[in-house]
Amino acid sequence: MNFDFSADQKALRDQARKFLSEHASSTRVRRILEGAAPYDAELWRGMGEMGWMGTAIPEPHGGAGFGHLELCVIAEELGRSLAPTPFASTIYLAAEALMLAGSDAQKKRWLPRIAQGEAIGCLALAEGPQVATPANLSTRAESSRLTGAKVPVADGDVADFAIVLATEGAGRASLFLVDLKGPGVTRAVVATVDPTRSHARIALDRAPGEPLGTAGQGWPLTERLLDRAAVLVAFEQLGGAQAALEMAREYALGRFAFGRQIASFQAIKHKLADMYVGVELARSNAYYGAWALTKDAPELPVAAAAARVAASEAYYQAAKENIQIHGGMGFTWEFDCHLHYRRAKLTGLMLGSARRWKDLLVSRLEAGAA
Amino acid sequence: MDFDDTREEAAFRTEARQWLAAHAEPKRGAFETWQSRYPGREGWDGLERAKAFQSKKAEAGFAALHWPAEWGGRALPPIYQVIYSQEESKFLVPRGYFEIGLGMCMPTLFAYGTESQKQRYAPAALRGDEVWCQLFSEPGAGSDLAGLRTRAQRDGDDWVINGQKIWTSGAHWADRAILVARSDPKAAKHKGLTFFFLDMKSAGIETRRIKQISGASHFNEVYFTDVRIPDGQRLGTVGAGWGVAITTLMNERLTSGDLRGPDFEEIFGLARATTLEDGPAIANAAVRERLADLYVKTQGVRLTRFRTMTALSRGETPGPENSIGKLVNAPKAQEIASFAMDLLDMGGVVMDKDVAPLRAAFQESLLTSPGGRIAAGTDEILRNIIAERVLGLPQDVRVDRDLPFDQLPTSR
Repeated sequence: MNFDFSADQKALRDQARKFLSEHASSTRVRRILEGAAPYDAELWRGMGEMGWMGTAIPEPHGGAGFGHLELCVIAEELGRSLAPTPFASTIYLAAEALMLAGSDAQKKRWLPRIAQGEAIGCLALAEGPQVATPANLSTRAESSRLTGAKVPVADGDVADFAIVLATEGAGRASLFLVDLKGPGVTRAVVATVDPTRSHARIALDRAPGEPLGTAGQGWPLTERLLDRAAVLVAFEQLGGAQAALEMAREYALGRFAFGRQIASFQAIKHKLADMYVGVELARSNAYYGAWALTKDAPELPVAAAAARVAASEAYYQAAKENIQIHGGMGFTWEFDCHLHYRRAKLTGLMLGSARRWKDLLVSRLEAGAA
Repeated sequence: MDFDDTREEAAFRTEARQWLAAHAEPKRGAFETWQSRYPGREGWDGLERAKAFQSKKAEAGFAALHWPAEWGGRALPPIYQVIYSQEESKFLVPRGYFEIGLGMCMPTLFAYGTESQKQRYAPAALRGDEVWCQLFSEPGAGSDLAGLRTRAQRDGDDWVINGQKIWTSGAHWADRAILVARSDPKAAKHKGLTFFFLDMKSAGIETRRIKQISGASHFNEVYFTDVRIPDGQRLGTVGAGWGVAITTLMNERLTSGDLRGPDFEEIFGLARATTLEDGPAIANAAVRERLADLYVKTQGVRLTRFRTMTALSRGETPGPENSIGKLVNAPKAQEIASFAMDLLDMGGVVMDKDVAPLRAAFQESLLTSPGGRIAAGTDEILRNIIAERVLGLPQDVRVDRDLPFDQLPTSR
């Protein structure tokens, strides 16, 4: 039994934590929260120098050729630090989509640039305040020209290219790769609950798109892509949840009321214990997802859904109760509690809500038990 | 990252599996018991049968894997006990007779007893010839164990015991027991305790069964009236009984087994087999959401155990993180029971084994699962343990720590 990360992977984690504590401190995160810049470009360059973008990209495509376990380790640290960069969009979604379904030419064109930190990608799936399913899509493709509006698109305002899901007639959806600097693309920033991650509305008006993967297989490919991303995002959520738990613990130890540390009251202790249990259950589910992702195991769809549900709920619980344990101070702009609260809700919705993933999880269990 | 045994672990697992296949019947479902397989066969899971199985298990060297070889163990690291338990849980074997003796009483004797005492008691306990019980909890001392009041008074070479214990599993069939009692009521609460072992056939011991809400009786009350224990059966020094009791309880954490009763598999199966007002239960959105929650918890605990096994496999000691297993599983068992009955609607109340699904396993679990949240650390005590030992939060403010015990306020 070896259900843990290796010594080398733990060394990578320590290195990532050290780097991010210097370069993605709360002061730096707040610059993005409060300023006009869409992401921390200096941090992004630094991450590129560390080679993080190429972690899971194969060597022939300019990556480091490590596996997804290493990427999970980095994701957890990014989540812990709240690093305001387009890493998730570019790596968990765009690069994964290319590796999953891209042609040789598409991989050759984009993966080396991604690995170098020179290209930003994104996934353009959602179309407004509703569940994203093929039935709800109105973005259409005719002769590889796309027309429609995608919102919100994480990092869509800064990305060089987007992976776009569009329909081509009744019930037939396909993925396209769209050069966002090309013709027919209009982008505008949209406000979200978490300004430390930039989002856009992308309007497409007969914008040229290259088919990505088999035509008509857009939805199954998207589901496979979301499963893979779900595991990686679960590690970001896990890192964030752990950080929120630690913040709450520190505050409860330092805050005195009724003549004693509030951390000595059972109402607070039990709340923290419940946060810990949530984080540990999420951690175990995320590890299993990491294992399934790395092995490309048949268990991946179930493992990814369980990891997503556990991590989304653990992070939200930890972030929300962190504010509660901080009392009034937790409700202020000045304290960092709200950064995790925002990020918890954002990451909980970015690949679809836990409600939706629970339904998927049960469908997959049914399919497995049939 | 993998789930594979090491070569040595795999060889041991095969050995255990082969031995079990030769000496026990495989279970047909995860929660099957002797009683559910053979309803009405009185005594089938009784003490004599358990002793016979235990003696074979001891002979094959599986009864106490981590004990030193001189006492019949194999001196193996704890991971091997986990592997054996995993294999054994797939078979119908008698359970609940020897765990306390081998897992808690003997380790305490090994730590504090004399060589001749170990020689006398360990092999008999291992073979199942002598069954042990643990006389700790009292009516006024459960979670607050150190508040116990059973008196131990010195009289020549003996101690004289008066008082009452409760929640003693197996006291009605036990041959011997470990006991913690108050030797000095003037001392502070944790400092006036002394630890003993004794013969359960001693004069002055009366055992009464406790009927639980399920109707079954696993526990007892044990009354002591002038029971005499030779001073040679004291474990640890006079007044140091609390430290000895902690040794016993630390071992409890390694012994606590899986909860029995219907789990995710069973509620998932029920939802697939049951029809609600709007079609199959499994197609109902509210049912699906709860099933997903239960699955995530079930997997979370199972996988957390794999992380613990990884630590054990590396020779590391699992920490109190382990206590999340029971804290999640015990309330989950109760939730599954109640949820299953809700799916059966008006018919959910029926406990007739020929009518209720799974021979009324869910209904039985409704009545047994509350105990899981109380025994071996209540939900609340487990949260305190996580808060204090894992998260490093301060202990509760204690008003009783330094006062003489006989001046503490008591329950009405």
